[in-house]
Amino acid sequence: MENIPQGRSLWADARKRLFSNRAAFVALIVLSMITILSIFGPLLSPHAFDSIDWDFVGSPPNFEKGFPFGTDAVGRDLFVRTMYGARISLMVAVVASLVSLIIGVTYGSISGFIGGRTDSYMMRFVDVFYSLPFMFFVILLMVFFGRKIYLVFLAIGAVEWLDMARIVRGQTLSLKRKEFVEAAVAGGLTKWQIIRKHIIPNTLGSVAVFLTLTVPKVILLESFLSFLGLGIQEPMTSWGVLISEGADQMETAWWSLLFPATFLATTLFCFNYIGDGLRDALDPKDR
Amino acid sequence: MLRLILNRILGAIPTLFVIIGISFFMIRMAPGGPFDQERQLPEEIIANLNKVYHLDEPLYQQFGRYLWGILQGDFGPSFQYKDHTVSELIFQGFPVSLKIGGIAIVLAAIIGIFLGTIAALRQNTRVDYLIMGFSMTGITIPSFVMAPLLSLVIGVYLRLLPVGGWGDLKHMVLPIIALTLPQIAYIARLTRGSMIEVLRSNYIRTAKAKGLPERVILARHALRGALLPVVSYLGPATAGIITGSVVIEKIFGIPGIGRFFVLGALNRDYTLVMGVVVFYGIIIILFNLIVDILYGILDPKVRYE
Repeated sequence: MENIPQGRSLWADARKRLFSNRAAFVALIVLSMITILSIFGPLLSPHAFDSIDWDFVGSPPNFEKGFPFGTDAVGRDLFVRTMYGARISLMVAVVASLVSLIIGVTYGSISGFIGGRTDSYMMRFVDVFYSLPFMFFVILLMVFFGRKIYLVFLAIGAVEWLDMARIVRGQTLSLKRKEFVEAAVAGGLTKWQIIRKHIIPNTLGSVAVFLTLTVPKVILLESFLSFLGLGIQEPMTSWGVLISEGADQMETAWWSLLFPATFLATTLFCFNYIGDGLRDALDPKDR
Repeated sequence: MLRLILNRILGAIPTLFVIIGISFFMIRMAPGGPFDQERQLPEEIIANLNKVYHLDEPLYQQFGRYLWGILQGDFGPSFQYKDHTVSELIFQGFPVSLKIGGIAIVLAAIIGIFLGTIAALRQNTRVDYLIMGFSMTGITIPSFVMAPLLSLVIGVYLRLLPVGGWGDLKHMVLPIIALTLPQIAYIARLTRGSMIEVLRSNYIRTAKAKGLPERVILARHALRGALLPVVSYLGPATAGIITGSVVIEKIFGIPGIGRFFVLGALNRDYTLVMGVVVFYGIIIILFNLIVDILYGILDPKVRYE
């Protein structure tokens, strides 16, 4: 009686396979550590992110005075600033990816499910958007409408939904010929109900993979904007701003480039490895 | 084939129109104008300036005027660079960006495809892990970190090459390296992935069963199929890279086209920003067309009738 095979859901299976992937597992832990550090780290430091210590301008790492990462050119603690940068980057990652997720999944599933002429028009629209110089549009947005944080989030999210829409549409096209969708139609569900209850949940596998690969792109885009001086504004900071400042004075103050750059690169590493691991875990081909 | 090209060029017209339309109205909706900085000019003079540049007309009329100008190849005068038209500025900066970007992308394609193929052939060996580790590093270290590091180590500490400026060959080396590294990384990853898939496919097994030597299978059969995703990546990537990397040009002080965009946007130099956007749009469309044509040649399943 005890040998009844337990059913395993796709997600339970995937989780097990993800955790047994060493690189992805380590990446997950490191990422959690960075997240926790960014939330609680500033509380441990005696310095605020914008407080200036005139006695320690451009000081190398100094543990006694509570400057583990040193200070910047105007005497602000780089550890706390790097942690604030982490908050911004992780927030961008979450919010902008969510924006791209919501627009992309809705758009793609509707386009694929309705099909026919609507589908071809909607996809033609995506094609047109593909050839728009989007980097330029984000820069334009930032320059013309002020550098407000939520605008950075929105602009980046609005740029990144195109691939998502394409992927979801492709999945929807094959899903809508499946028997369970037919059954749902026969059961009298409305189109919107079918999309919500049957189509979208079944696309989530590839969506999750693509999302983890979107996140590093989004983080990079925000840092890039900040690096150009178009993203986050003083005294608030982000990794891009810190790296830009660090690059200006790297010959004399190596620490001002090293720490933010290391954090940025590590975070991007982690997301990429998690994305790769997730793809392998959800890929039914090599089960 | 000729019909495909013609069709595509016709299809590009509405796309270009949308690009021009969106950027035109977005720029105009933004607060601020080209003449309201530096010292404050008297109102009469601003009014006169606006009149000369037709900025006092209703927007739709200006839009029509701008479109008409573009049709004649005229992008208008720059509002900030005195005595220069936008076309002059673009064709002054573009050759510089094209030179660096072109060399970088060709190098990246050759090295990336080579590394990716080796990694695929030695899948799950130390060579594979080494190449993929390098590739992951190349992807995750952004160009605005890589470029300062390169100039610090090679330029400042080792004093092998100048850290900035523009002139002869040695000024080009560092920017090209900084542009090439991430591209090598992407291309190697793409090639490896598709090559592994192709090597498992039936037609490769057939080729092996026929007794073809490994090298012939690789060069004549496998590479052709494995290059498809690389080709579709290379299209937009090339377009992006030859139109100038804002970051690289800023860091190494290169007089390319990328800086015009940011400067133009900051100064509300309407015509310059528009010119760069339209120019970039045309290049992207052009490269997407080239990708489609290459697809037809590489993939026997794709036939353009």
